[in-house]
Parts: sequence; C-alpha cells; structure tokens
Amino acid sequence: MENNKKLKENISIFTKRKQTFTLAFLGVIVLFGLASFITNFNVIEGFESIPKAVVWIATNLVPNEKSWSRLPNILSKLIETALLSVAVTVCAGICAFFFSLLGTRATRINPWIGRIVRFIAAFFRNVPDVVWAMLLLFSFGQNILTGFFALFFTTFGMLTRTFIETIDEVSSQCVEALTATGSNYIQTVFQGIVPSAMSEIVTWVLFMIETNIRSSTLIGVLTATGIGYIFDLYYKRLDYGAASLVVISIVVLVIGIELISNQIRKVIM
Amino acid sequence: MPILEFQNVSKIYNGSTRALSEVSFSINEGEFVSIIGPSGSGKSTILRCINRLVDASQGVIRFDGHDILKANKNELRTIRTKTGMIFQHYNLVERLSVIENVLHGRLGHKSTLGGMLGIYSEEEKENAFAILAKLGLTEQAYKRCDELSGGQKQRVGIARSIMQSPRLILCDEPIASLDPSSSKVIMDHLANINDTMKITCVVNLHQVDVVMKYSKRIIGITSGHIVYDGPPEKLTKEKIYEIYQSNEGDLITDVG
Repeated sequence: MENNKKLKENISIFTKRKQTFTLAFLGVIVLFGLASFITNFNVIEGFESIPKAVVWIATNLVPNEKSWSRLPNILSKLIETALLSVAVTVCAGICAFFFSLLGTRATRINPWIGRIVRFIAAFFRNVPDVVWAMLLLFSFGQNILTGFFALFFTTFGMLTRTFIETIDEVSSQCVEALTATGSNYIQTVFQGIVPSAMSEIVTWVLFMIETNIRSSTLIGVLTATGIGYIFDLYYKRLDYGAASLVVISIVVLVIGIELISNQIRKVIM
Repeated sequence: MPILEFQNVSKIYNGSTRALSEVSFSINEGEFVSIIGPSGSGKSTILRCINRLVDASQGVIRFDGHDILKANKNELRTIRTKTGMIFQHYNLVERLSVIENVLHGRLGHKSTLGGMLGIYSEEEKENAFAILAKLGLTEQAYKRCDELSGGQKQRVGIARSIMQSPRLILCDEPIASLDPSSSKVIMDHLANINDTMKITCVVNLHQVDVVMKYSKRIIGITSGHIVYDGPPEKLTKEKIYEIYQSNEGDLITDVG
C-alpha cells in the first residue's frame, strides 16, 4: 500500500515536468507573437531579405583601387584601437585583481565589505559599455578618454567578478596553509594567490582584450575615435569600398589576436 | 611544564552550533598525541583553535607561555611560526615547485617585502634542501607540486612545516587521502620527527589501528566533549565504541 503510493508520487513527477515544459513553450510562442505584432515584424519577410542583403554586400562592399590607397590610414586607426583595448584591459585587470581580494571568501577583510565589492562589480558589469559611453559623452565629449573609461568600467566589473570566483576556487586551501605558517596578508597574496591563480587570470585578461577590441569598434562610432569612427565616416560618404576594407581589417585583427592568445594560453597552462 | 594547555575551551559557530564544550587538557613538550573521534566531533576545531585559524569562544589556551586568545597581530604571527600544520589535502601552492613550497615555511620569519618577493638567504635554501633530502624528495625539488603523488605532496607539507623550526606540529588527518603504503611512510616520518627533533605532535586521525601503533597518548572526543584521555593500552574496545557512539560490530575495525 505504502509502496504503491510512493510509486505513484514518483510517476507524477514526470507528468509535472512535462506540463511545465509545455506551458513554458506555449508562453514563449505567445510572447513572440505579441512582440512581432507590436513591432510589425514579419518573420518570412525577414528571412527573404537575407539573400538580397548578401547580393548587395557582394556587389557594393568590395574594396576597389581607390580604397586600397586608404589602407595606411585604416591600419593606423586599427592599431590605435587595438592598443587602446590592450591598455584598458591591463589597467582594469590590475585594479580588478586588488579589488577582488576584498571580495573573496579567503582574503576578504569582513563579509560586509565582500558583499559591497560584489555589488559594485555587478553594477559596473551589468551597465553595457555602450551605455557607459553615452553617459561619459556628457562629461568628456567625443574624446578617446570616453571610450577608454567606458571599456574600463565594464572590464573592471567583469574581471572583478571572475577573479573573485577564480581565487576562491584555486587558492582557498593554500591561503589557509600559508596563514598557518605565520605569513602575513601581503605575503600570502603574492606567494599563494598570485602563483596559483595567475594562469587563469591571464586567460581572462586575454579574453577581455579580444572582447574589448570588438566593443571598441562600436564605441568608436559613438565617441568619434579609432576604427569605429573611420568606418562611420567612409560609410556615410558612401565610400563602400573603404568601409568594407575597414570591416575586413577588423576581422583579420580579431582572428589574429585570437590565434596569438591561444598560443599564450598553451604556454602558460 | 606543559607546552600546550586547554582550560575549559568552548567554541560555538554562528551563535548556535556547539563544536567544543569545556574542553580541558594539557600536553607536555615532546609528546605524540592522537585525537580520535567521529567526523564533526570537533577534532579539526581543536587544532585550528591552537593557531587561531578558528577563534575559540570561551576558555584559555596557553601555548609556550603565550595566552593565545589574547595575542595581538604580531604575537599571533610569532605563535604561528612556532606551530607547523599539515593538512588532509596537503594545501600546497600546486603551481609552484617543491622547493618554493618548502621555503614558504620561512614566510612567518621574514619581512613583508622579502616574503612577498620570495627572497630567501643561502642558509635557508641549504636548510630546505637538507630537509628535502631527509624526507627523500631530493629528486623532486624542482618539480611542480601538481606533478607529485599524494604521498609525495604530504611529505612536502611536512617539509614546509619543519622549515618553520616549530615547537609543535598540528596534523589534520594527514593520511586520510593516502594509500596504506604512503600512509606508513608519512606516519613514520612524523614519529621520526617527534623522536629525533623533539617536536611535539598533535595528530587528528580516523584510523584506530594507526593510532594504537604510533601514539603514546590518545584523546577521544565525542560531540565536543573529551571522553578519553590516556595511553593506548588502556583504550578498551568499549571505550572505542563510546567514542564513536556505535555498537559492537558497527565499526570497520570489527570486520575480519
């Protein structure tokens, strides 16, 4: 009797799960229909326009004789953007490392400060870099500093969070052991946490450099600096050849950085 | 003259969980004491109260003339340099080499800057190599710790604690993750350190047979109370069942 009851309960768990899935699926469909209706979006038209777009890109967005002459200018802007991303990420990484020490379970000074640190990190991370750029446009204007700080804030938030998790994962045990030997806080950080978390930290910094090169292109459109700006310029002048050369050079740069950072990762792991 | 003394020490976690209640005992210099008891009975808490990885809630703990609970930051650092600690999971900095991990035992004696940058004197380095030789790890000195076996890692842990030139070594289940042969190597090294270097050893253990063989004194603890304190000869079967709060036939030692 008792057994039978349990068995029935067990089976009803599966029925329940099915019901939940069905409800969730229907919910998503309804949301989609509603959103499409409000925005006048037509799925079929959307998909139909893809081939047309491809044809347009293939005919218009091809670098021509004239656009190749703009290559030196494009490259110098591209390098400027890449170096800015590297500088931002490294600065933010160093700040985030020391800030994250206040947020980890192993090294925080007290739980409240830990909580505040996590909150600040979440805030900086969750405001998108483009929004930071818009905000900072008011104070700095269309300036390279605007882009720098916009990227700095999101990178700082993102890296603080990941560093807290990394440090908690890899070094809580050795922090305990070093504390027990009589090592003080700074010694424990440099002899215990830095060596055990360094490779993960470098991996995250490399990842953020890649991400920031992509984002800085977009932010450059807003702040009128770097590669984003000249793309905007050529595009609005209807110089599609040069604009496409910008796009191609960005793609090459991103792939190049990806390859380099993969190599670095292999060496440090 | 006892080197370590507990007087009515209690520890309450988060205001409600009672880990130790009114624990009192004293240990003389050069003793080899094992602490046994079920998981969660307070064995680890006792060890961690000694070097203040955990702060006791009430009572008095004296170690080598210091009142541990009243020690300020600098005194605490001195106390910690005098107490080595060995952990179940070795707690090494896995990405550093064996010799660097052994030299970490000197951090408590160094200036902040010297320790931060890892600058050690020739004498300290020679001493570290001598300790490694004693523990049979000379060939592993430059290997990264994550390449070592469990037994080797634990020997590095022992080397690090000896490097501190401690008066007392605390071992928190040193052989719980090791196979029987490595376990014997580790216990032999601990016995040897206790014997030749006259360093007092307090060891938390789960293996009753190991305890009987290696220690001259056993402390049995059950839910925060000391229920046995004496030599292994007087630890009767009934007492063991009382410590582990189980009936005859329910312990792994009863098999076979």
